[in-house]
Amino acid sequence: MFVSTGIELINTCEKENIPIWEYTIREEVERSELGRENIIEKVRKNLHVMLSSSSLAQEKEIKSVSGLIGGDAYRLRKYADNGTTLTGDFMVRAMARAISSSEVNAAMGRIVASPTAGSCGIIPAVIISAAERLGKSEETMIKGLFTASGIGIIIAKNATMAGAEGGCQAECGSAAAMGSAAVVEMMGGTPEQALDAAAIVFKNIMGLVCDPVAGLVEVPCAKRNIAGAVSALTTADIVMAGVKSKIPFDEVVWAMYKVGRQLPPELRETAQGGIAITPTAQKLKEQIFSEKNTL
Amino acid sequence: MRDYGVFDILGPIMIGPSSSHTAGAARLAKVAAIIAGEKIIKVEFLLHGSFAQTYKGHGTDKALVAGILNMDPWDENLRESFEIARSKGIDIKFTETDLGDVHPNTVKFIITKEDGHITEVTGSSIGGGNILIFNIDGQNVEFTGEHPTIITQHRDLPGVISKISSVLYEHNINIAGMRVYRSGKGKMATMALETDSLISDELMNKIRHIEEIENVKFINPITEGGI
Repeated sequence: MFVSTGIELINTCEKENIPIWEYTIREEVERSELGRENIIEKVRKNLHVMLSSSSLAQEKEIKSVSGLIGGDAYRLRKYADNGTTLTGDFMVRAMARAISSSEVNAAMGRIVASPTAGSCGIIPAVIISAAERLGKSEETMIKGLFTASGIGIIIAKNATMAGAEGGCQAECGSAAAMGSAAVVEMMGGTPEQALDAAAIVFKNIMGLVCDPVAGLVEVPCAKRNIAGAVSALTTADIVMAGVKSKIPFDEVVWAMYKVGRQLPPELRETAQGGIAITPTAQKLKEQIFSEKNTL
Repeated sequence: MRDYGVFDILGPIMIGPSSSHTAGAARLAKVAAIIAGEKIIKVEFLLHGSFAQTYKGHGTDKALVAGILNMDPWDENLRESFEIARSKGIDIKFTETDLGDVHPNTVKFIITKEDGHITEVTGSSIGGGNILIFNIDGQNVEFTGEHPTIITQHRDLPGVISKISSVLYEHNINIAGMRVYRSGKGKMATMALETDSLISDELMNKIRHIEEIENVKFINPITEGGI
């Protein structure tokens, strides 16, 4: 059975002298009847859907079903094409990828829940952008997805990845933590460094509430996918520079879960608090549902 | 502590925007349609809780209709399900209701077939695209559709279950889980039997021909692209 904690993961990987992605594949082979090749092919299929969702809304403006969001991935891509960005071509294109998947999701397009539909932009954006930047192949991206899954399994065992249970920190936070750990391994970092990256991402997003306008996975969710992707990528650099997390991954996950449970229900996906109850959000909600009711 | 695999974390591949309100809804409806059988002409969806409150914004309505049309949760035609249902002459109706003390994402299907037969199925979308069917035609019966599932309605007589399990044994199929529900001793019973491997047409026929069985449904799991 997959180890239950980050420290066990580090120890097991060190003992076997393997990265997290390899350990994750081996454990999946043990638990399922699919066999190594089929498991890898199944992840490849996920990657192909991710490649498509992260580029679709950059190529043309896609509007969500409610009309609340859309066109931002296209705007970011055009902005990157013009070449006068502040944070650089790499970062702006990563942001465009992140929000592209979120826009595709809100427009009832095809995505991979990673780990959820609401956070589906983060992992594709960081893994694809990092691979492009580092000149890595599809195989490396697949390895990155296994690293991300391995981290996700430990988060799921000890905490939650559902906004309804733990707020956005548990949903977009988990995606960003998983993505950052994946990029660290793609860059040749150790399992310990990968977990440090995940811990730092969680610490920087701790407490973020889930407050979707009109209860839809659009505002502020899509832009939080951008923020999560940026955090995942910058944290990978922080860790690869030799910076460590003062608080170990397992304790950070414990704290994240505890904070999530301490959040009142209003701030856990019920659309009864935070951004969702601002005057503008209330107005948007009324507009959406009055239009819908006349359909 | 629950055991998780890679694909509990990564996936499913699905049509957005919500794994519980869109993908789970499509899955529920697909299973409900399999239970009802072919030649569906009318479906009423009784929506409860969060399904009733947010179904339009999450495309739950489109996903439910798509499932009735046998579409998978990752089928891009899901968006067009209303038009497709209309072209096939299937009448659809959504009713917001209170189904009592059940999961917030619950729907009851009232499915009418060409011959006038009505099937009622109730189930919940319990998160991450996973589902739980818990009532068929007023009879409590619990299954998730994650495993190949055989649902029988049979006379509650000694030996019926043994006949079914012998057929499974002949085909070298292992039983993963089994529950029997009955209204009273010797009356009609409903059984949900989950297996470890897929149920072939040949096997289905053999079970169908067991004398005491009045009605049987086979539900193979809805998995991505057969892998």
